[in-house]
Amino acid sequence: MKEQLQKDFDNSIKNLSLSQKDIEIKKFCLDNFIDKGFPNRKEEDWKFSDLNQIIKNNIGELSFYNDQASTNKVDTSVFVDGLEHNKIVFINGRIEKIDFEYEKKDQIEIIDQSETINEFKNSNSLSDLNNAFTYKCFKILVKKGYQLAKPLIIYHTTNSKIWSKNINLRLNFELDKNSSLRLIDLFNDASEKNFLNIFYNFELKENAVLKNYKVDKFENKNIKYAFNNIDQDKNSISETFILSSGSNFSKNEINCNLNGVYASAFVNGVFSLNNDKHHEIRSIINHLTENTKSYQLIKSVLDESSKAVYQGKIFVNSDAQKTDGYQLSKAILLNKEAEFNAKPELEIYADDVKCSHGSASGSLNDDSIFYLMSRGLSYQQSRELLINGFLLDVVEKITDSEIKNLIKNMIGIKE
Amino acid sequence: MDNRQKEINNLKDYKYGFSTDIESIKAPKGLNEDVIKFISNIKKEPAWMLEFRLKAFERFKVLKEPNWQKPKFPKIDYQDLYYYSAPKSMKDKPKSLDELDPKLLETYKKLGIPLQEQARLNGIAVDAVFDSVSVATTFKDELTKQGIIFCPISEAIQNHPELVKKYLGSVIPTSDHFFATLNSAVFTDGSFVYIPEGVRCPMELSTYFRINASNTGQFERTLIIADKGSYVSYLEGCTAPMRDENQLHAANVELIALDDAEIKYSTVQNWYPGDKDGKGGIYNFVTKRGLCKGKNSKISWTQVETGSAITWKYPSCILKGDNSVGEFYSIAITNNHQKADTGTKMIHLGKNTKSKIISKGISAGSSDMTYRGLVDISSKAKNSTNYTQCDSLLMGNKCGAHTVPYIKNKNSESNIAHEATTSKISEEQLHYCQQRGLNPEEAVGLIVNGFCKEVLQQLPMEFAVEAQKLVGISLEGSVG
Repeated sequence: MKEQLQKDFDNSIKNLSLSQKDIEIKKFCLDNFIDKGFPNRKEEDWKFSDLNQIIKNNIGELSFYNDQASTNKVDTSVFVDGLEHNKIVFINGRIEKIDFEYEKKDQIEIIDQSETINEFKNSNSLSDLNNAFTYKCFKILVKKGYQLAKPLIIYHTTNSKIWSKNINLRLNFELDKNSSLRLIDLFNDASEKNFLNIFYNFELKENAVLKNYKVDKFENKNIKYAFNNIDQDKNSISETFILSSGSNFSKNEINCNLNGVYASAFVNGVFSLNNDKHHEIRSIINHLTENTKSYQLIKSVLDESSKAVYQGKIFVNSDAQKTDGYQLSKAILLNKEAEFNAKPELEIYADDVKCSHGSASGSLNDDSIFYLMSRGLSYQQSRELLINGFLLDVVEKITDSEIKNLIKNMIGIKE
Repeated sequence: MDNRQKEINNLKDYKYGFSTDIESIKAPKGLNEDVIKFISNIKKEPAWMLEFRLKAFERFKVLKEPNWQKPKFPKIDYQDLYYYSAPKSMKDKPKSLDELDPKLLETYKKLGIPLQEQARLNGIAVDAVFDSVSVATTFKDELTKQGIIFCPISEAIQNHPELVKKYLGSVIPTSDHFFATLNSAVFTDGSFVYIPEGVRCPMELSTYFRINASNTGQFERTLIIADKGSYVSYLEGCTAPMRDENQLHAANVELIALDDAEIKYSTVQNWYPGDKDGKGGIYNFVTKRGLCKGKNSKISWTQVETGSAITWKYPSCILKGDNSVGEFYSIAITNNHQKADTGTKMIHLGKNTKSKIISKGISAGSSDMTYRGLVDISSKAKNSTNYTQCDSLLMGNKCGAHTVPYIKNKNSESNIAHEATTSKISEEQLHYCQQRGLNPEEAVGLIVNGFCKEVLQQLPMEFAVEAQKLVGISLEGSVG
C-alpha cells in the first residue's frame, strides 16, 4: 500500500497549487498514515469493527488518486422532491455545486480553506489520510443572527466514473451567534466498493442551533467513515440524527464538546440492517463546563447476519457540575445470526451530576406478538407493527417536522 | 514522641498496619528459573508441578505488562522482588495449632482471627496464609469426616495430585494474561478445597491472607472444586502492614462447579490502601475465574473492596453448562488516592444460562473508580439472560467514577439489560437524617449502607457485620 499511497500522493499534489509549507504538512500527515495504517481491532475504539480487515476483505488494495480537473455531470434525478432546499453536491468526492438559492447571499459566506489542516482530539489515523488527500475544503459561515430559511442538503454521490477506491471529504461550518442551520446528508452511491472518509467540523457560537440529519438509506457496497466534530458555545444546541442502513460498512463518529454553559447535545440513531452489513455509531460527549446536557437514543433492528455496534461515552469534567447526561441503546435481533455489541461508557469526575445509561438487546417480545395476532393480525403484520413502533420512537425525536416527515417517508415508518 | 504519635495516628487509620518481626526464609531476590526451582524444591513438589511452573515462565517471558487499564502505576521491577518468603519456624511444618510460633498466633489474634478460639466459637474453618505459606488450617477433623478436603494447596499437591493435576490451570491456563501467568510460575501457597459429590459443606470455609515481609510479592493460588450436587461457601479476607513502598499481590483463584453444584465465594478485601497522600499500599492484581462446568451449576462472587492502593480485578464466570447461573455482587469503595478498576465477565456458552451483576461503586477524596465488565452471549447460548446494574456514588469533586461495560449479544433468543447511574448523596437525604439527630458522618454511613444493601445482603452473616463497619471506616473524613 505504501508505494501506491506515495505515488498517488505525488500525483495529487501536482494538481494543487499549494505553498511549500502546505505540501510539507500534507506530507507529514501522509507519513503519519503510512506509519499507522488503517485502524484495526487492537485499538480500543475499533475493537468491534476492524477497519483494516474490512477494507482488505471487501475492497482489497486501495488507490487514492482522484483527477479533480474533470467535472462530473450533476444528475438532478437524485434531488429530493417536495422539499425546497439549498444544495451542495459532491460527486465522486469533488464539489460540483454549491447553491444557496433560497437564502440571503450576504448572510452566508463560503470560504476556501483548502490549506488548513484539521486537528481533532480523539481522532485516529483516518484524519491523517483525510488531511493528506483532501482536495478542496470549504468553510460555510452563517452570519450572526441569520437563520437559514430552507434546509441544506448535501448530496454525496458516487458513480461508476470514479477514479480511485478512496474518497476524502472535508467541510467546516461556523454558526455565528443566534444563527441556525438544518443540514441533511444524503448518500447516493452507484459505484462499486469504495472507501469514503468524511470529516466535518462544526463550530457553534452562542445560541446557535445545528440540526444534522445523516441519511444512508440506499443499498450500496461502499465502506464509509464519517467523523463529526462539534464545538459548542454557551446556550447552543446540536441535534444529530443518524439513519444507518444502506452501506456495506459504516461508522459514524460524533465528538461533541460542550464548552459553554447551558449547551446541549442530542444524538439519536437508527440502525436498520440486513444481509451481512456491519455498522457502528460511536459518540463521545464531553461535558466540559457546568449546566450542560446531553441525550442519546440509539435503536437497532438487525436481520440476517448483520452486526451493529454502539459505543457511547459521556465524559464529565470536574468543572462540569450539574451535568445531565442520558444514553439509551436498544436492539432487536430478528435472526439468530445477527449480533449487537455495545459499550456504553461513563467517565465522571464531578459529583453533582445526573448521568445514566441503559442498554438492552433481545428478540421481539412474544407476548406482544401474541397480543396482536389474537386481534387478527398475521405474524408478519404484527412483526412489522412492532418494529415500526420501536423505530418510530427515535424518529419522533427529530424536532424539525418538515424533515421528520421526509425521513419517515424515506424509511417507510408510519404513525 | 512525635514519631510515636505519628505511628499511633497512622494505626488509627488502618488498624491492621502493624508488622510482625518474624525470622523468615526468602528465596533469592529476582525472577528466573532458579528461583522457580527453589520454590518448587522447598515445597518438595513433584516433577509435573515444576514443569507447570516452567511452562508458565516460558510464556511469561514473552508477555508484556498490560497498560489499557485506567489506574496507571509506576513500572514494577519484577527482578527487585522476593518471590518466596516464609516464617522460619514453618520450615518443618507444625502438626497442630499448639506447635505454631506464638508470634504468628499473636498476629492473627491482632487481626481478629484467633485461630485457636475461632476453631471452637464461630464454626468457620480457617486457613491462614502468612506471606507465602499457609500456616494453619482449623476444623480439619470435622471436614475430613464428610470427605471434604480443605488444606493448603502445597499439601494438596502432595496428597491429592490426581485432583490438582486435573483441575489446576483448567480455568486459568498457564498461557493466560501477564499477571496470571506470573502467578502460575511462582505461586507459593493458597487454599485447596474439594467438596465430594452430594455433600453440602456444613460450615463456611475461610482463608485469611496476610502480607508481612517487605519487598515480597504475594502470589497465592486458590483452587475450589465442587463435585456433583455439592455446595460450599468460601470466605476470603486480606490485610497487610503499612509500608511506604508498594507491594504486589497477584493471586489466581479458580473455581470449578460440576453438575448441580454451587459455589459461593465472598471476599472482604482490606489490604493496606496507602496513606492519605497515596504513598505505599498494595497493588491488588488478582485473577479470579469460575467455570460452571456442569449442568445447573452456580457460581456466585461477592466482593467488598475497600483496601489496596490499586485494585485491578474482574472475578468472572464462564457459564458452560446448560442452565448454569453466574452472579456478581460488588461494593468497591475508594478514598484518598486509591484506585480501583474492577468488574466482572460473564461468558455465556451454554443454553438457558443466566447471569446477574450488581455493582456499587463509591468514590471519595481524590480517588478513582472504574467498573469494567463484559457480558458475552455466544451464538449457542440460546435463551440466556443477563441483568446488569452499576451504580456509582461520588463524594466531592476531586474523585472520579467511570463505567465501561462491554455488551456482546450474538443470540437473538437471549436478552441483555444493562443500567447504570451516577449520582451523589442528595441533600434531602442528608438533611432528613441530620434532622433526626445523626451527625453528618453517621448520616453518610447510613445512606451508603443503604446504597450497598443489595450486595451486603449476599454476604454471610459474620462477614456482613464486618463489611458494614468497613464501609463506614473507609469513608471517614470524606464528608464536609
